Amino acid sequence: MADIALAPRRAKTEIREASAWDQLRHNKNWLGFWFMLPAMAFLIFFLAYPLGLGVWLSFTDTRIGRVGHFIGTENYEWLWDDSIFWLSVFNTLLYTSIASAIKFAVGLYLALLLNERMPFKALLRAAVLIPFIVPTVLSALAFWWIFDSQFSIISWSLKHLGLITQNINFLGDTTWARICVIFANIWRGVPFVAITLLAGLQTVQPSLYEAATLDGASRWQMFRFITYPLLTPIIAVVMTFSVLFTFTDFQLIWAMTRGGPVNATHLMATLSYQRAIIAGQLGEGAAISSAMIPFLLAAIMVSWFGLQRRKWQQGESND
Amino acid sequence: MTDLPAQKVDLKSILSTPARVDNSEGMSYLQSVPRRIVTLYIPLSIIVIILLFPFYWMGLTAIKPDDQLLDLDKYNPFWTWNPTFKHIHKLLFESYYPHWLWNTMYVAVGATVLSIIASVLAAYAIVRLRYKGASVVGGLIFLAYLVPPSILFIPLATVVFQYGLFDSPLALILTYPTILIPFSTWLLMGYFKTIPFELEECALIDGASRWQILIKIVLPLAIPGLISAFIFCFTLCWNEFIYALTFLQSTPNKTVPVAIVNEFVDGDIYRWGSLMAGALCGSLPLVILYAFFVEHYVSAMTGAVKE
Repeated sequence: MADIALAPRRAKTEIREASAWDQLRHNKNWLGFWFMLPAMAFLIFFLAYPLGLGVWLSFTDTRIGRVGHFIGTENYEWLWDDSIFWLSVFNTLLYTSIASAIKFAVGLYLALLLNERMPFKALLRAAVLIPFIVPTVLSALAFWWIFDSQFSIISWSLKHLGLITQNINFLGDTTWARICVIFANIWRGVPFVAITLLAGLQTVQPSLYEAATLDGASRWQMFRFITYPLLTPIIAVVMTFSVLFTFTDFQLIWAMTRGGPVNATHLMATLSYQRAIIAGQLGEGAAISSAMIPFLLAAIMVSWFGLQRRKWQQGESND
Repeated sequence: MTDLPAQKVDLKSILSTPARVDNSEGMSYLQSVPRRIVTLYIPLSIIVIILLFPFYWMGLTAIKPDDQLLDLDKYNPFWTWNPTFKHIHKLLFESYYPHWLWNTMYVAVGATVLSIIASVLAAYAIVRLRYKGASVVGGLIFLAYLVPPSILFIPLATVVFQYGLFDSPLALILTYPTILIPFSTWLLMGYFKTIPFELEECALIDGASRWQILIKIVLPLAIPGLISAFIFCFTLCWNEFIYALTFLQSTPNKTVPVAIVNEFVDGDIYRWGSLMAGALCGSLPLVILYAFFVEHYVSAMTGAVKE
């Protein structure tokens, strides 16, 4: 009997006022802070801080092993008169625009092909992605060998077909070197564009095509008025990524040509590496890489507002 | 009398002969076979051959004897007779290659594990705790994804030097998460959003803490997402070049991509065999991993774009 009388009292004591600690423990903002801490620590110490530091370095004359002093915009003035810098800007823009345009065209075409019904589709899709899996430098080395001046398999094949008599000096001639690195970049980028666009294509309802067929639409019209508009949002995102990573490309060039011949394939990233790390002029290198930021912002803006405008034209809500 | 049908309809035979076999789905009957060959199979096979040829060439060069590599007139270069494992043997037993493979693996696993832990916590907090300003932080993390390593490597080199991490694998393990965390957080946010909120509410009523909910309810349900994020991060680490090139100096500490570019490229005209063998051995681990997890890999790639 005594037990029965005691039991409720004990239960009662367990309900107590929520202490400040209890309240804090269930406070969303407090919990959120601790959950975010590891990721934020990484991003602040190794991303946000270096980003700011890079801009600061570009206004100093820092060298490797020597602390720099603030020198204003001298690095930028120096670059403004530097023809190699302007050549690298030109190369970067050429490389990005041609490679991205072709990547988009071929990638979209490949996605449309892979969207058809056919045998071994899964296997083909897996095979198409392999260039994207293999480390870029290693496939760039394969291209280096394929484009070798003496033992190139392409020169050999063309000679045996009777199309040329001399070996093509693929990576030694300025025009050919540009074509080769752009080709290698396209080769590496097409799988990404194709597979992501394929994922977008698979969400398009087949009934739309059936309706269009009944209305007598041709295949081109079906693509133009159904596939393309429905795919626009994903195209904008994919192409933003593609442009961004092509613009800042480093490893492909470094493995294949190191910027040569006569700087014809120097991109801004490779030039900044050469000036900052190899020549030791950290300030000047930082100025070159900071000069990339406006171009990147412009690319992001164009795709972002392109996307918004497209949604607005279609009368959809901006979700 | 009404006329009876002159011909007897042979119902039985009509019913017993099978209807025209039609395995086509949807509207594919509109396309004839020759048309499909021209518009589909030929272009597709050309593209696939171009995409895969460099790997064939890489593999073939790795097992070709030296004399066949350089004598293009006597031997047809597209095939090899009496293949040799000399290059691969030289690579594995007479160079630092096993070291480099081990370094790459160590850095990739370390950076990936760190990033996944940080991303799981961050993604859960953004999607489910919804603290003040969570959506802004989500947007900032997406922006962080767009900051390319080739802008950051110069200031990061000075930071790494200041912290005394230069020429140590730790420098890479700590800097790679800046590339991986934004991506995997974004991917995991998408996965966490698909887990029903009711499950967590039940657990909360039963007195589970947020930590218990994350470990016992959310993570087991998000395993496909975790695998996707893990594989994609691992591939990105393996592929990373510019940080490894800048932060590592001594030969035994290098990662595979950097080491192959710097150590094997000498004046020797017979270098091609070992160079290609090195490239092949550096790619194989990733390709094998990929072969087992194709679907996860594709969903990681497309998931991050679609969100």
